[in-house]
Amino acid sequence: MNGAATTVGVQPRDPAWWGRVFWLLAAVVLLWPLFVLAEFKPWILLSPGSLKPALRFVAGFFPPRMDGEFLWLVARETWRTVAIATAGLVLAMLVAIPLALLSVRVLSISALAGPMARLPAAMRIAVRAVLVLLRSVPELIWALVFVRVVGLGPTSGVLAIALTYGGMLGKVYAEILESGETHATTALLRNGSGRIQAFFYALLPASAAELTSYTVYRWECAIRSSAVLGFVGAGGLGQLMDSSMKMFNGGEVSTMLLVFVALVALTDRLSAWLRKALG
Amino acid sequence: MKVSLQGVSARHPAAGAGLAAAIDGLRLEIAAGDQLAVIGPSGAGKTTLLHLLACAIQPSAGQLQLDGVDPWQLSRARLQALRGTLFLAPQVPPLPPRQRVVTAVLAGRLPRIGLLHSLRSLFYPTGIALADAALARFDLSEKLFARVDRLSGGERQRVALARALVAQPRLLLVDEPLSALDPTRAGQAMVSLTQAARESGASLVATLHDVPMALANFPRIVGLRGGVLAFDLPAAAVTPQLLESLYAQHLDELKGVQSVLDIAPAAAAVPVAMTCR
Repeated sequence: MNGAATTVGVQPRDPAWWGRVFWLLAAVVLLWPLFVLAEFKPWILLSPGSLKPALRFVAGFFPPRMDGEFLWLVARETWRTVAIATAGLVLAMLVAIPLALLSVRVLSISALAGPMARLPAAMRIAVRAVLVLLRSVPELIWALVFVRVVGLGPTSGVLAIALTYGGMLGKVYAEILESGETHATTALLRNGSGRIQAFFYALLPASAAELTSYTVYRWECAIRSSAVLGFVGAGGLGQLMDSSMKMFNGGEVSTMLLVFVALVALTDRLSAWLRKALG
Repeated sequence: MKVSLQGVSARHPAAGAGLAAAIDGLRLEIAAGDQLAVIGPSGAGKTTLLHLLACAIQPSAGQLQLDGVDPWQLSRARLQALRGTLFLAPQVPPLPPRQRVVTAVLAGRLPRIGLLHSLRSLFYPTGIALADAALARFDLSEKLFARVDRLSGGERQRVALARALVAQPRLLLVDEPLSALDPTRAGQAMVSLTQAARESGASLVATLHDVPMALANFPRIVGLRGGVLAFDLPAAAVTPQLLESLYAQHLDELKGVQSVLDIAPAAAAVPVAMTCR
């Protein structure tokens, strides 16, 4: 009977169509003031007044400086940058892993049957607040603070990355652990295992690949970030780049940019390889 | 372990608060070392009963006692310690796909060993012989160092049963342990399971879809229907008529019973509410 109605009568309309049109229009209406506020005027890029100096600036980047003495200096500072990023990230993980484990709901024993007990629930909220606090302060600000405490040099960069990235890693680790397959974890907890045992025997193997690839991606970000921190005196390639910029030495800057491209490509390969090994 | 359920009601582990109870006013006594099979059509409350016994869900009414103690009166730490002496093997094997079989099996003994020991065992398995012996009971020794995601569904199910043996529980609860096994394997697995439970003196409660398998391997059969006890009888006293009324309107689930019990073709079975206790 239904079939007859559709063949004889007019074709039925998709009832979701008006909803889709509405949300599309709503998005445009909401985004427009934001673009106005952000002074988004891309056509300025193409006006002759701004195009000429920009092209001159970019032209100064050629050719990259490639003499042996400078390359040796760049290699040493690159190594220092990688060291800052790596040390910062390892410290960040030391901050993030305990906080992530404390805030993950899946590892709650009291939540196994019924709602979570009040004290652990409050603790989870407190841990999440600490993570928000850590990552809401940009690493540049932390670096400026630490430069005053420990003086110029890589240490302040390492500490700045450790704090901000600790907050970011902790939040995302917790989200990855909660969004994965949790059946194995609850089964272990239900059979009387401890929380940390359940983490190592069920939760970690279930999301090891995702955790690793996110950590490697953050390592890549930390390398870039340590370059920015160099501008405020935290050492590494960034500091070298800062002085080259101040001397209008475009060739030196472009050499260092090429090094960054190489580093990022390298972390990309490493991440792909690790994912394959763990997947 | 001695178990006593006094008028216990409970909801399905995945159900919200508004839904009807999956188990309603159930009375059941299980002595130490008892072996019983729980049968009944889908939705009868079999899984809920196992979760209740495993202290995975709290009864909404009535009292559950394990060895004379109400687990829900215990402190959280004591309750978790008690859970370490129970073992619930869920219907879907709870094994992380990237884990190796040896680790998955040895995870069963986590409540018995300390944190440091369990971490050391991840570095180098400390109970290879234990895992191997448990797997051998289910004819799976050759997969000791294989990864779980390389196993078939039936092999995973047997790995989960091996884990249950390694746990050495005092009350072993298995939910549909044979659902992914072929008939020969299922028979072997059932014999291994009941034998292991007998050797360790553990009480064994298994839910089974396969009624002939239940009748052949378990001395005591509990029939559940609509969350209510339909019968609780020695296997020999379970008649075709009882089974027919238990599965009335679900006769398609009563597979293979014809050949074993030689029932006359089921006439229009009238649903009878039956309580034999």
